[in-house]
Amino acid sequence: MDFGPHLFLASLEGAVTAAILALTAMGLSIVFGVMRVVNVAHGEFFMLGAVIAWWATSLIGGHPAIGFVMALAVAPLVVGVLAAFADKLILQKINYDPDRTIVATIGLMYIIQQTTLMTFGPDARPVQPPFNTRLPLPWFEYGDSGFAMIWPWGLSITSYKLFVIIAALAILTTLWLVITRSKIGLIMRATQLDSETAQAFGVPVDRVYMWVFGLGAGLAAVGAVLVVPIQQAHYLMGHDPLLLAFITVIIGGLGSLPGTIIAAILIGMSDGIISVFFSPTLAKIIATLVVAMVLVFRPQGLMGRSAQ
Amino acid sequence: MTDAQRSNLLHLGTIAVLAAAFFVLPIYHVGNLSRIMVLAVYAMGYNFLLGYTGLLSLGHALFFAAGMYGLGLSMELFDLSTAPALLMGLVTALTVSAVIGFLALRTSGVSFMIVTLMFAQAGYLTILYFGTYTRGDEGFVIQQSARVLFGIDLTSDSGRYFSALVLFSICFLAVAYLVQSPFGRTLIAIRENEERARMLGYNTAAHKLKAVIISGTISGLSGAGYALLFGYAGATFATVQYSIFPLLWVLLGGAGTTIGPLIGVLFMFYLIDLSSSITSAYMLIAGLVLVLLTLFAPQGLAGEIRKRVFKWLP
Amino acid sequence: MAAVNILSTKGLTKVYGGITANSNIDFALPKGKIMALIGPNGAGKSTFVGMLCGRIPATSGEVFFEGKNINALPAHKRISLGIAYTFQITSVFGGLSLHENVALAARRRLGRNTDAVNAKVSAVLARVGLTDRADQIAGDLSYGHQRLLEIAMGLAQDPRLFILDEPTQGLADAEITEFIDLIKTLSGDTTILLIEHNMDVVMKTAAYITVLNSGEILAAGTPDEIRTNAAVQAAYLGVAHA
Repeated sequence: MDFGPHLFLASLEGAVTAAILALTAMGLSIVFGVMRVVNVAHGEFFMLGAVIAWWATSLIGGHPAIGFVMALAVAPLVVGVLAAFADKLILQKINYDPDRTIVATIGLMYIIQQTTLMTFGPDARPVQPPFNTRLPLPWFEYGDSGFAMIWPWGLSITSYKLFVIIAALAILTTLWLVITRSKIGLIMRATQLDSETAQAFGVPVDRVYMWVFGLGAGLAAVGAVLVVPIQQAHYLMGHDPLLLAFITVIIGGLGSLPGTIIAAILIGMSDGIISVFFSPTLAKIIATLVVAMVLVFRPQGLMGRSAQ
Repeated sequence: MTDAQRSNLLHLGTIAVLAAAFFVLPIYHVGNLSRIMVLAVYAMGYNFLLGYTGLLSLGHALFFAAGMYGLGLSMELFDLSTAPALLMGLVTALTVSAVIGFLALRTSGVSFMIVTLMFAQAGYLTILYFGTYTRGDEGFVIQQSARVLFGIDLTSDSGRYFSALVLFSICFLAVAYLVQSPFGRTLIAIRENEERARMLGYNTAAHKLKAVIISGTISGLSGAGYALLFGYAGATFATVQYSIFPLLWVLLGGAGTTIGPLIGVLFMFYLIDLSSSITSAYMLIAGLVLVLLTLFAPQGLAGEIRKRVFKWLP
Repeated sequence: MAAVNILSTKGLTKVYGGITANSNIDFALPKGKIMALIGPNGAGKSTFVGMLCGRIPATSGEVFFEGKNINALPAHKRISLGIAYTFQITSVFGGLSLHENVALAARRRLGRNTDAVNAKVSAVLARVGLTDRADQIAGDLSYGHQRLLEIAMGLAQDPRLFILDEPTQGLADAEITEFIDLIKTLSGDTTILLIEHNMDVVMKTAAYITVLNSGEILAAGTPDEIRTNAAVQAAYLGVAHA
């Protein structure tokens, strides 16, 4: 394949990565934005989404689409409820003290990860996508007779991957509408801006935090359910998404939701493109160093509030 | 007895007990203790920064690995003998901690945690990237014949144990001295109320940088010691897991106490030893311990003892 | 020739975005006296003092301490030149004992000389009347006692200039009286700059008063001069009572 089509292909792969990343990072961003909590166990909520999706689809026979829809409905719910419980049992008790929260979520990470290891096992298990037709894509070439549409071999996308991108967009748009237009969203934003005043106005801050924590986990789980037919379900699969989500949230600016989206697009696309053309390890090294440097020299990232 | 005398008794006594243990315990536990003592040095390095200065790093594996690979690569690639290789390990760790300290200390709190985590992750990935030299995750073995220091065979049980004990003792006493000195007292002040310390005329930025360098160098010394005494260097020691271990050990044993790190490593080692015979998911224990600790005993074992009984514990 | 000034500023200004907190302040603090800095809320007193000790970087202007320009010096360096500072909201080492709190203050100058440090701690705690609480944890103390501790920490540094930011705020009347007596014993060796709202304290202790209003110096002089100053009376309701 020539460079042009190859780049196009890499961009599409990048778009899929960006879509999943946007969902996962959004979960992390909302939790940090509203609760000021750094949830190290976020990657494990992601992994749980994938594992539960596998359970759901393997439980239900028949057409893989049925199982998939089940998974899409059930996994985020279960993971969200689990997260809400963790918040109530652990985080509330330590009053969201920053140091202790980090330690508690690290502990939670190991608990979830290792329990999954004990029940699900160490193997990677695939999940069937609900549909998966190959869609060849056109490329334009300037030839003797002007612009012509060609169909290079290898330049294609699956219908499922296209679905992932569209689904992610739909979910994020719904989320944006809820946060900016609904009463629930208003309560969340009020709690984020000033939890004490919100409480004085009768907002049950503890309850809001519980829901928000659950929402953050649920978003990660949705991302995982979408991605699991492409990757596979594995008990360690939360590690990379956690780091990427962190990178995204920081570059975008801690506490800025639009910043998170923009950063997810940037990072997802570049990760996809760099990984195709260069070594994925090198890509990761550059990404982690960039994050560190951003925090050191421009702590507010792209769009966050400066100096907390 | 004055507090200073009590402190001396505690520190020298611990060393004496460890020395005696070699002759009293069965060989299995002696081997474990060698490992525990070397890792306790890592924990002490971490404790210096977390417990005494109040800075929580999530990237100390970088310093441990710097020492490990500083020694390992000099012996493996450049055929250095033990003593100069140890020096190389020390110098590597010192340099890395100075650079990281300079950059990371421009941030604080959560950002500091993330920055240190990121630098350590970049370090791990770099080790993988240069796999031709480092052999990446697989790691490399340091020849038995090379592991001789001043005529002592470090691969024998006694050679290994007592060199681990010497390493431990030096760091143990050095840290005990430092934290009770004016420098250490100032670090504690910075931990308690940095702005107040600054407005008493202390150069808090310089103090914190020195703390990071001391902490990183001690951690690197542990890494170099580990590679030398157990004959292996591998990228797993640079992963996030090895940044979380010292946090776990220090919190369990008691942050801000000199004896805490040793207690933490000892406890956790045997806890994992016992649980790994039951299940391969032994890190579950680590997770549970972390959550329980932070919920019910944030001071850790020695910390609770200090709070309730021995208030003089340094 | 006027009395030697231990501290002076020339054109000291602080601008935050669109707001000028301090505007072109020329300030002089005579050595060995007690000077009070007063003014309504929002006058810019804390900003000014923040710039003096280096906690807040000045937008423009210069600060001189004992004749030398200290603009380039960071806060901790200025402190080590001999300035002691107590915070508006009491800031001590809550988790440490009183003894250690004061020892930390003393140690910067006395270093590893444990005997000298301990002697200084005892002397200072005796002076503020906290000797029998030396082993208590600072965070367990009442607010008034914590304020006293902070003053003790200042004294332990043997400062040439002692800046106290609203030291009597939150104190009971008896404690305020004790504070006034304590301050009076200090002046002479130590120059004292008092930011105060309590006009009673000001009138009983200060040899000089500087009035700040809306970021500028409104008036400066002896208490009598200030008391009769019409502009001050107009801007700062309540002076008429004192």
